Amino acid sequence: MTAAIELNGVSKWFGDFQALNSVSLSVAQGDKVVICGPSGSGKSTAIRCVNRLEKHEEGIIRVDGIKLDDTTVSQVRQEVGMVFQQFNLFPHLSVLNNLTLGPIRARGLSKTEAQDRAMAYLERVHIPEQAGKYPKQLSGGQQQRVAIARSLCMEPKILLFDEPTSALDPEMISEVLEVMVELADSGMTMIVVTHEMGFARKVADTMVFMDQGQIVETADPETFFGQPRTERCQRFLKQILQH
Amino acid sequence: MNKNVNRVLLIVAVGLFLSGCGQGWGWYVVDPSTKSGWINLKFLMSGFWYTILLSFVSLLIAIPIGLLVALPGFSKNPFLRGFNRTYVELIRALPVLVAILWIHYGLPTLFPSIDLTVFWSGVIALSICETAFLAEIFRAGIQSIPKGQTEAAQSISLSYFDRMYYVILPQALRRILPAIGNQFVYMLKMSSLVSVIGMGELVRKANELAVTEYRALEIYSVLVLEYLVLILVVSAGVRWLEKKLGADESQ
Ligand SMILES: Nc1ncnc2c1ncn2[C@@H]1O[C@H](COP(=O)(O)OP(=O)(O)OP(=O)(O)O)[C@@H](O)[C@H]1O
Ligand SMILES: [Mg+2]
Repeated sequence: MTAAIELNGVSKWFGDFQALNSVSLSVAQGDKVVICGPSGSGKSTAIRCVNRLEKHEEGIIRVDGIKLDDTTVSQVRQEVGMVFQQFNLFPHLSVLNNLTLGPIRARGLSKTEAQDRAMAYLERVHIPEQAGKYPKQLSGGQQQRVAIARSLCMEPKILLFDEPTSALDPEMISEVLEVMVELADSGMTMIVVTHEMGFARKVADTMVFMDQGQIVETADPETFFGQPRTERCQRFLKQILQH
Repeated sequence: MNKNVNRVLLIVAVGLFLSGCGQGWGWYVVDPSTKSGWINLKFLMSGFWYTILLSFVSLLIAIPIGLLVALPGFSKNPFLRGFNRTYVELIRALPVLVAILWIHYGLPTLFPSIDLTVFWSGVIALSICETAFLAEIFRAGIQSIPKGQTEAAQSISLSYFDRMYYVILPQALRRILPAIGNQFVYMLKMSSLVSVIGMGELVRKANELAVTEYRALEIYSVLVLEYLVLILVVSAGVRWLEKKLGADESQ
């Protein structure tokens, strides 16, 4: 079976600064990968390269077998959804219209089809009653769940999450994580950048630790949390598990 | 020539009046209770139509062009960005009056077959000069929308056109509406320059009346009032529109 995502020797520079240094990672269909690491280690850059919000400069990225380059961007983006730390909902559109815009414009669904689909995914994130509201009338947790539903409406094969709970008040984190756990259980392929280690233990098939633009350690959660190999990873885990 | 002499004499008369040696005000020229006053007043106010039409049509034409000039400014292609910068710098350096004269008196020499009316010469000149300012306004407006909006739109596979049309521009337009309103006010004032090629807008009407009635002070005072009222009304309209759009967003 082709891997859902394959990164092979991927490097990326911002000017002189190397943000990714020969990153290689393979994610099988249905796998859940959790990426952690200190700030500035390149976690966001790595997953943003997967749907080409950033352009990698060396190496090869394959998404569902498709080699990512300028000519295949739109094909790849059809397969990949992304959830952002800051939600990035469209503030001028109602929740329902946030959800139907992509399916109507990029998937060619009719308005009623798109609305039916939107309502179905709003049920899945447990807020169908918010369909008519505008983003700023919702709590942070609700907004992030709308953002997840917006990605799901495109029916992607792969979902990328970039610190989806970091911008949330503590009491709202669990409602978002709960939705993500349900998604994981449904068999979605997911790459999640997060420091929520409870979530990681629960859903991750593979843990990835990044530092200074490199993947320093890759392991199953048990090994990762039980016997981290590298000293850098041990230090990092000690730091974040203290909280 | 005769007209100019008259005008100079009028200005001298006003000067004399202001220095306390004149005959005082003569509001009778525009007194609506007398028949001739009422006719004069109607004549002055008949300029409103073209002042508004010139400004409105020019702005309407300039808006899409301004947007089309602004968009290449965000391109990764240095040639397109260069086009945007060059256009803005060049057009911004062109005075409106010079554009009006060049288009109305110069252009027909190049293209004898096209016969531009005074109105369309004015519209073309005003809208060309306006595009540079609007391009800059659009650029600032689009730039003010957080990058995350574009990224979210890209991640749900929206095309460049859809991203602009459904996500970025509706938000940007809301933010730049006050600036566009300002530009409309500016256009209302700039349109007075089209009077030099004979467009019958507010200033032209006032000039014509002033040279026949010899009451520059009163007539130009009415002109000042006319612009004041027009611009106050337009400003109120823009504020109303802003509030309406703002309310939409927050509901
Ligand atoms: N657009 C950019 N221009 C220049 N440098 C950038 C840009 N984006 C990221 N960087 C730099 O690249 C490095 C990696 O950034 P990245 O956002 O991937 O880190 P991260 O691991 O996601 O960190 P965080 O936990 O803070 O989100 C950082 O040093 C950052 O300053
Ligand atoms: Mg990050």
